Order: sequence, then structure tokens, then C-alpha cells
Amino acid sequence: MAQLSLGSSPIYKAESARSTIFHPKLKFLEVEQTQLGFWNSSKSNMALRLQASTEGVALVQETTETTPKLIKSTNDSSHSFTEMKNRFLSFKKHKYLENLERYQELAQAQAPKFLVISCADSRVCPSYILGFQPGEAFVVRNVANLVPPFENGPCETNAALEFSVTALEVENILVTGHSCCGGIRALMSMEDEENSSSFIKNWVVVGKAAKSTTKATASNLSFDQQCKHCEKESINNSLLNLLTYPWVEERVAKGLLSLHGGYYNFVDCTYEKWTLDYQKSNPKQETGGYAIKNREFWS
Amino acid sequence: MASNGKPIHIDDAINGLKKLLSENEDLQTVAVAKIKQLTAELEGVDAGEFNAVERIRDGFTRFKKEKYETNPTLYGELAKGQSPKFLVFACADSRVCPSHILDFQPGEAFVVRNIANMVPPYDTIKHSGAGAAIEYAVVHLKVENIVVIGHSCCGGIKGLMSIPDDGTEASDFIEQWVKIGLAAKSKVKADCSDLEYSDLCTKCEKEAVNVSLGNLLTYPFVREAVVNKKLSLKGGHYDFVNGSFDLWNLDFGFSSSLI
Repeated sequence: MAQLSLGSSPIYKAESARSTIFHPKLKFLEVEQTQLGFWNSSKSNMALRLQASTEGVALVQETTETTPKLIKSTNDSSHSFTEMKNRFLSFKKHKYLENLERYQELAQAQAPKFLVISCADSRVCPSYILGFQPGEAFVVRNVANLVPPFENGPCETNAALEFSVTALEVENILVTGHSCCGGIRALMSMEDEENSSSFIKNWVVVGKAAKSTTKATASNLSFDQQCKHCEKESINNSLLNLLTYPWVEERVAKGLLSLHGGYYNFVDCTYEKWTLDYQKSNPKQETGGYAIKNREFWS
Repeated sequence: MASNGKPIHIDDAINGLKKLLSENEDLQTVAVAKIKQLTAELEGVDAGEFNAVERIRDGFTRFKKEKYETNPTLYGELAKGQSPKFLVFACADSRVCPSHILDFQPGEAFVVRNIANMVPPYDTIKHSGAGAAIEYAVVHLKVENIVVIGHSCCGGIKGLMSIPDDGTEASDFIEQWVKIGLAAKSKVKADCSDLEYSDLCTKCEKEAVNVSLGNLLTYPFVREAVVNKKLSLKGGHYDFVNGSFDLWNLDFGFSSSLI
């Protein structure tokens, strides 16, 4: 067991636990305790390899009721291991093996038509609510589905944007927001300060143009309604920020790439979708320089 | 589909067809009929926007009918608030959505997806995006598990492995981002220098997960929750070539004073 001492700090023990999942008919390999060094390099083996063999799969309990079996509490770590194992095996049996040819094709390469930028909120997974199947959408999820402008410099969102646009050559970008967004609420609640010790504040400030527009046009509404307004405004702000990336604007101008906004309201289960009208938009305008077209409302 | 993931160019596709037909003249009648049919189909399709909208509209309609309306209790509760037990870091790759492979239902997992499922170290200015998600999930939502899931054939890891030794970058942002995993690259190159490139990448995919797990501990609120046993950190690797999933735990704690 590695003991790493850092000057006068307390002594850390960092190790990967041996993890065994007991199941009479599933094959498993028990691996020796391994060590994980952060600041020293040491060998790091995987604690457990699950060979998902087809004979073991028959023992996975099939859920037939429509109400999904949710993980309620995972204080017991081995319980959550077992749950994840079962779910993976079920996925393998019902989806992977039944569509093996498709999965083998995908293993060679992906060619998604969409880049989706969605919130990390547990209720709004785009694969779930918009039915994207493996291979269809390259999905970035962050707090409040924000896209910072080019001049803010490198971050995870624009790295993914660059990869999907220049390497995968997606044809559509969908920025999809949602109701009751905690990130937008934090943006609307915060005082205007430059830097903060709070990560959340430092991130959501990317949407400050949407907040200004909301305050300017909707100040007579309740706070909740203002947040809803800002949720939608922020999507459009992000669409305009997409155009600050030269390799995005170039493709949009040539008609190779379309920018769409979407808003999922999970209170009444409706979805609003629109497309940025590039020809009529003026991104250089300080506020509200966007024009939209093809707006649809699905309920 | 070309092996680098890019669609085959139309000229190459047509040249391929021409070559085949010149070698097999008896295929020409069939080819004419099929080409006429394809042309007619394409004339009726506005490739791009029309299909895209239809695709998501169909997806949403199916979701509403088959899931939302059949579980009013669940969705009613979720409309009021979320209390997921998991924070998941997964790759943005279109083939590895955690809702599919681990069947996460609405409300179960707060999911961050980025290139190569990386967790950067604590930096309130440079890495506010990832930090915001971790802060929100751990401090506000009080998740009980953080799972970082890597995967096979990861383009981001390939990109990391391809960065030349002098560090020159070909992209605006991609390499800056994947360099978070540099420690993993150094380690696999040092330990496994005899391996094939693709095996090296696989090793790096898994080691990068470990680097991310280590980076999670640089966030004080994560470290505190782990030490108090309120939060557990797990690493995973989904191999879609072989249809397997590795899952492991990271244990971290302070021992009591030895003096």
C-alpha cells in the first residue's frame, strides 16, 4: 500500500479497492489490490474486469413494468456497483446484441448529424427526450447549456464544438434549454461581480447578455417568469456566440451548418424549436441581434 | 464510411460506382433503375434542415407518448425538483450516452459530457464550466456517487496521444482541452512503450479516467465529502468493440495521526 507523504501534511492512503461482484453464474475476475499514485507513478491495474458473457445475461432480471426502477439510495457502494452491472448487462442483451451489426459499424466510425448542447440537469437528457440513438448526436452537457464566445478562450464546450464542426462535420447544432434551470436561476439571482470564489457564478456569467435583455424587457414579471424568459433568451445568446467561431460562421454562411434553438418545458411536457436565420441576424449588434425562423411548438 | 470518421466524398462514391459498372456491364440495367429512383428520392428531400426537424419532432412525440404520459407520478415529482444520486462524466461521443448504456432514467444522474470525459483540476477562472457542474452536483444536489466513464476508440484520447513531443497544436481549443490528460499519456508511454498504438490508446483511455478521478480530489468540497464517506468516486470504461464494461472504485481517506 503506497504511503505518500507531503511534507508535514497528514499521510494519505490512496488505493483502488478490490471489488468483487458475487453472482453464481457470471464469470468474474478477482484482481489483487492495486495502488493509484497521484504524484508518484506506480502501476495501476484495473480493479475488476467484468466479462459480460451471454450465459450470465439470462440471469438479469427483466423489468416489465412501465415505471422505471430507479436507484433510490446508494450509500452502500456495492449496491450501486451491482445496479450498474445489471443495467449494463441488460443494455448489452436488449440493445447491443440485438443490433450487433449497427454497433459494429459504429465501432468503426461515428458520423452524427447533430451536435447537441444541453444542460447537465438529470431530467433533460437529449437522448431520452428527443430519442437520439447511438451514433446520431454528439452531445455536450454543461450547466445551463451555455456556449461562451470565441474570445473567452479555451474551455470544454468550445473544444467539443471545434471537434464536432471541423472533424465530424455535423450539419446541425441544437442548443437546447429547459424549464426550472438552476443555472439560469443562479445567473438571475447573482449580483454583478467580476470574479467569485463560486464556480457556478464564474460560469453562468457567460449568459449575462441574456440576463440584461431579460431585465430590460421583462422586469414587470415575477422572478419565476423572468427566469423562464432568461432560459429562452440565453439559448439565443448562445446561438449568437456560436457565430463568433470562424469555422462555425463560415459553414453557416455556406449553408452547410444550421443552428437551432430548443426549449423543453417539463412541467407541461412541451417542446419549442426554432432555427437561427443567419441572413437576417446581426451578431455584432450589442443586444438582441438575432432573427429566428421556422418556429414550432410541440405539445 | 472512411475510417477516420469523415463521410466519403460524393466524387469518390460516384467514381467507385463507375468503376464497378465498367467492370460488370450486366449490372448496368439494374444500376440505371436504382439511380433513377435515388435521384427522385433526393429531389423530394431537402437534406439537412427538414430531416433534422422531423427527426427531433418524432423523437419528442414518442418520448411524450411512451414515457412521459405513462409515468405521471414520476414526471410530476421531477417537475418540482431533482435529487439525482449520480454525477456522471461521460464523453460527448455520439455512441456512448450513459442513458443508453447504463439506462439512467430522468432524475437519476446529473450528466456532464465533454471531449474524452475529462475532469480538469481546480481552477475557478480557467475551468469554471466543469467546476460549476461539480459544485452544483456535490454541494447543492448532494449526489452520492461521481462516475467518470471512458470508452473505446476515443477521438479525444487519440488526439492527446497524437500531440507531438514539442507540444505544437493544430487546433484552437481541442488540444488545450485534452492536455488535461497529459499525465496519463506520459505514464502509458513510459510503462507500455512496446504496445501497438491502438492498445496504447486503450491504456490511455483508462489511465485518463484515473487522472480525472485524481483531479476530482483537488476540489475541496469533493475531498471533504469523500473523507466523510458521503461521496464515492468510481471510474468506468465502456468498450463498444467488445461489448464490455469495466468499473472500479477509488478509495481515499486520511488515517488518524501516527504520532
